[in-house]
Amino acid sequence: MKNLLVLGGGTAGTMSANKLRKVLPSEEWTVTVVDKDDHHDYQPGYLFIPFGIYQPDEVTKSRRKYISDDIPVVYGDIDRVDAEACTVSLVDGTVLPYDQLVIATGVTPRPDQTPGMDDEGSWYVDVFDFYTHEGTTKLAEKLRTWKGGRLVVQIVEMPIKCPVAPLEFAFLAEAFFTQKGMRDKVEMTYVTPLPGAFTKPLCSSRMGHLLTDRDIKLESDYMVERIDTENKVVVSYDEREVPYDLLVTVPLNMGADFVARSGLGNELNLVPVDKHTQLSKKFDNIWALGDANDIPASKAGSVAHFEVEIFVDNFLEHVAGTPMTGAFDGHANCFIETGYGKAMLIDFNYDTEPLPGKFPYAGVGPMSLLKESKLNHQGKLAFRWAYWNVLMPGRPMPIPALMSMSGKEVPVS
Amino acid sequence: MPVTTIAGHEIHVDDEGFMTEYDEWSEDLGKELAAAIGVEMSDDTWGPIKFLRDDFKAEGGHTPTLRRVSTVGGFDTKKLFEMFPKKPAKKMAYIAGLPKPAGCV
Repeated sequence: MKNLLVLGGGTAGTMSANKLRKVLPSEEWTVTVVDKDDHHDYQPGYLFIPFGIYQPDEVTKSRRKYISDDIPVVYGDIDRVDAEACTVSLVDGTVLPYDQLVIATGVTPRPDQTPGMDDEGSWYVDVFDFYTHEGTTKLAEKLRTWKGGRLVVQIVEMPIKCPVAPLEFAFLAEAFFTQKGMRDKVEMTYVTPLPGAFTKPLCSSRMGHLLTDRDIKLESDYMVERIDTENKVVVSYDEREVPYDLLVTVPLNMGADFVARSGLGNELNLVPVDKHTQLSKKFDNIWALGDANDIPASKAGSVAHFEVEIFVDNFLEHVAGTPMTGAFDGHANCFIETGYGKAMLIDFNYDTEPLPGKFPYAGVGPMSLLKESKLNHQGKLAFRWAYWNVLMPGRPMPIPALMSMSGKEVPVS
Repeated sequence: MPVTTIAGHEIHVDDEGFMTEYDEWSEDLGKELAAAIGVEMSDDTWGPIKFLRDDFKAEGGHTPTLRRVSTVGGFDTKKLFEMFPKKPAKKMAYIAGLPKPAGCV
């Protein structure tokens, strides 16, 4: 009997375990998932909680419930992977042997990596993240009674989960304050380490106006050195100071600490893998899926989804000793909330920047690419249902895993 | 992609003048590109540029972030801001003949 061990029961872990269990013969393979708890959060929902669009208890479900009954789930904290011995040790002393290992333990915001950020007395008082259940819930409480002042939305460094979410947060916050009749009491600044809020030519020309239209100031090429919580200023390495009354930060995102302890990670604890197959560059029987790997694609559920589709066939070929024929292209498909009941949709991959057009069907849509529409917003809200009922169980989605040029308009340069 | 000529070399660049062909780059070109944005190359400034070149190749075509230049390359971030004022990530990529750091949108 061979063991496939999947570390992490989130988006990539749940999908890959469920899909592989269906195709691996049960008399040859066991499939086991390891996770620390039974709370599976619909992470795209975090964005809506601060503005009361979703309630905190609406985004969490049982992991167990979404993992097929014939897949055992082991609950425990992972201590380390011994890649030579092919075992995973848990903190409680349990040792799990594997023939094939999937690392799908994602990334976590790490406020401890920026001096001052998680200082007691300011963290979750006037400095918040919104990428954790706790952070977004506490931010919702804060915003409910906040009287206004300087709101700074700040990203520490790329890569981050859902790279468009900080922009979405800024747009939704602007609409939230406007609708509350207090927009004139809030001064908004968007702070990014990138050369701009938008860095791709078409996005920049089509969306760049959104910040200026809504009177959101931009501070770009900003490398934060520390948060001076006493004087309430963000300080950069080149000594630019951005004062805040409320700081909504996206801390450095890092992979799990056990990845580092096991010698499997890069400087951010991300597992280096082949960008087309997600097979480890170091070990022939270790894969890393979703946010946990280092591929130059967005860290997003849609990427995890498309990646898993390609991975399943590659896995079967690889364990059969034949060459892998699938090649993941970095396909991502993301809604971008722009506030006031509208959203944009972008569809892109490693080589193709987000283009305008219609999606998924040329001429018909019904979604519009790189353009604000109410339907896109409804699509984003409807996606929560699809996540739990179509994606997690491993049912087919009517969107191809590899990006298609159908419906996209290529600008003539 | 537009083609431009710098110091007698024909190179492919994007709309912002960033080189698009890794192998068209040379140290001579790097020096010219640096001069074009007001940076004079020295032993100190070549360090991070060479790290960027090597890391890009080793990592499969991904320009390293500023944090990576500091934590993996071992270059002090404050010094990078002194050597390549205001926009070190963008300026270093430009001189090294690599794509500028970009997000997904």
